[in-house]
Amino acid sequence: MGTTNTQGRLKVAKNTDAETMIVATNLTKTYGDFKAVDGINFTVRKGESFGLLGPNGAGKSTTMKMIAATSQRNGGDLLILGKDPNKSGPEIRAHLGVVPQQDNLDRELKVWENLMIYGRYFGLSRKFLKGKIEELLEFAQLVEKRNSKTEELSGGMKRRLTIARGLVNEPEILMLDEPTTGLDPQARHILWDRLFRLKELGVTLVITTHYMDEAEQLCDRLMVMDKGKIMAEGSPSELIKKYSSKEVLEVRFGSDNNATVAEQIAGIGERLEILPDRILVYAENGEKALEEIVKKGLHPVTSLVRRSSLEDVFLRLTGRTLVD
Amino acid sequence: MSLNVSTENKMTWTGAKTIVDPQRGIRRGAFYVAENRIRTMLKWWPAIIAFGLGNPTLYLLSIGIGVGSLVDKSLGANAIDHVSYLTFLAPALLATAGIQGAMDEVTWPTLEGFVWDRTFFSMNSTAISGKQIANGVMLAAMARCVLQVFMYELCLLAFGAITVQSIPILLLVSSSAGLGFASIMLAFSASIKDDDNMFALVGRFIITPMFMFSGTFYPITSMPIYLQWIAWISPQWHATNLGRALSYGMPIEPWLLIIHWSVFLIMALIGFNWAHRVFERRLSA
Repeated sequence: MGTTNTQGRLKVAKNTDAETMIVATNLTKTYGDFKAVDGINFTVRKGESFGLLGPNGAGKSTTMKMIAATSQRNGGDLLILGKDPNKSGPEIRAHLGVVPQQDNLDRELKVWENLMIYGRYFGLSRKFLKGKIEELLEFAQLVEKRNSKTEELSGGMKRRLTIARGLVNEPEILMLDEPTTGLDPQARHILWDRLFRLKELGVTLVITTHYMDEAEQLCDRLMVMDKGKIMAEGSPSELIKKYSSKEVLEVRFGSDNNATVAEQIAGIGERLEILPDRILVYAENGEKALEEIVKKGLHPVTSLVRRSSLEDVFLRLTGRTLVD
Repeated sequence: MSLNVSTENKMTWTGAKTIVDPQRGIRRGAFYVAENRIRTMLKWWPAIIAFGLGNPTLYLLSIGIGVGSLVDKSLGANAIDHVSYLTFLAPALLATAGIQGAMDEVTWPTLEGFVWDRTFFSMNSTAISGKQIANGVMLAAMARCVLQVFMYELCLLAFGAITVQSIPILLLVSSSAGLGFASIMLAFSASIKDDDNMFALVGRFIITPMFMFSGTFYPITSMPIYLQWIAWISPQWHATNLGRALSYGMPIEPWLLIIHWSVFLIMALIGFNWAHRVFERRLSA
């Protein structure tokens, strides 16, 4: 935690085009013997939409809590908005917006009151908040719900209200911890639309997710995390290009046969991934790969050619799928 | 609700750096927390008033006057401390009101803040610290405590149990007892993981005995010595004794006056210190 180090990095930060919002160097968080976050490095610049992708227990939420300046790191350096959260937690938090994984709205208060009290915590005047609340209700599409109690809201509405609440202080960075987990597809799409709008406003977003489609939709840049470490970093397309082929052929031969068939089709495509229920063939041309398989006299029960996704990147990097 | 993209929102955006002064939250955080707590309490104001006035009225009618006439009949009028039984009882009832009023507003809200709604975590994601949340909850609890004691005093005054002149000092004594006890309860509540039955246990094994054995209904000297220790460690007794001395002039050793006030102070110091540590630790876990 040397100060010289910190200052050295500040100089580097100034050299980049955009303002640096977060700099983590060898960031570490341990609980007893367990290393929840194990020496990770990353930088987030102003206006960027930065994603932390990984399965449950990867260390995403712990990283988020450290960035939110509520959980103290045990090792390495962290600068948020140019300040050290271990020393200037309240100053940093005053300029952040936080959307936690678990909604923590006040159930005894109405929708508009939730926005009001949260704004008051930042010391914002009631006069300012009156106008702000109207904007936020509009943004969260909750205008008609302003006088409802929060328990009357659907999951998606609660989530939107929590996001609106996180925007009440016009934060420098908005942090969203699994913003759409547990929502139905329609609610997710409404939420993505809202978040995209924030991106257009130039709000810096830090998002954790274990949904690859969400990461692809929302993030300019991602880091893939597993077991407290960073497995890869880059834009979604960069990561796919680097760690996967252009296309993927998914073939099913029945759960009992996949392993034996895999031996016979080895060499087709660039790489094979054998899952319990199917075999993934990574190839530049999926249709061609399928032809080759059929030529060998093998007939899959089902076959599907698709483009590579972040799911494939994750599988390649960790040998596991993202959800479960 | 559709994906209506055309409803262009005119969100103004100046940025937190301009609109939020971190020092405001750092200086006044506890007041913002108290503001929220009081806003929530006000939703229940009819209940607060009804209980605040109804409870003492019923109590005074049944115990004060009913039991009081029995006591006065069997012992002769003004047998205890040369005052009516109702006057003797009044400081004890006020102490109970103070302790109960403050306690109600630190126990459930703290469990709600940490476990049920997790609202303390949302407060802590702003500039407000754990310490300030603890202080803010206590501040609101004391507002409720003072109000509750004051309403009780109005009833006592109507029944002729206290004089107008004794209102401020009895208010101070009872609220101090409330502060002392509630700060310990604040820390205790913050330490509970998720079990709300703890409060039922506290009620049965701490609050009720405290009420019964603290010289509420009779001087503790009427109790056998092996039960008197309950009174000595009970803020209820310290407040009752102090209230009797300072309102109708029950004779009391001067050193005991210091002890009584010190008990409240020490409880508050221990409670706050403990609460601050638990709040900070739990929020940063």
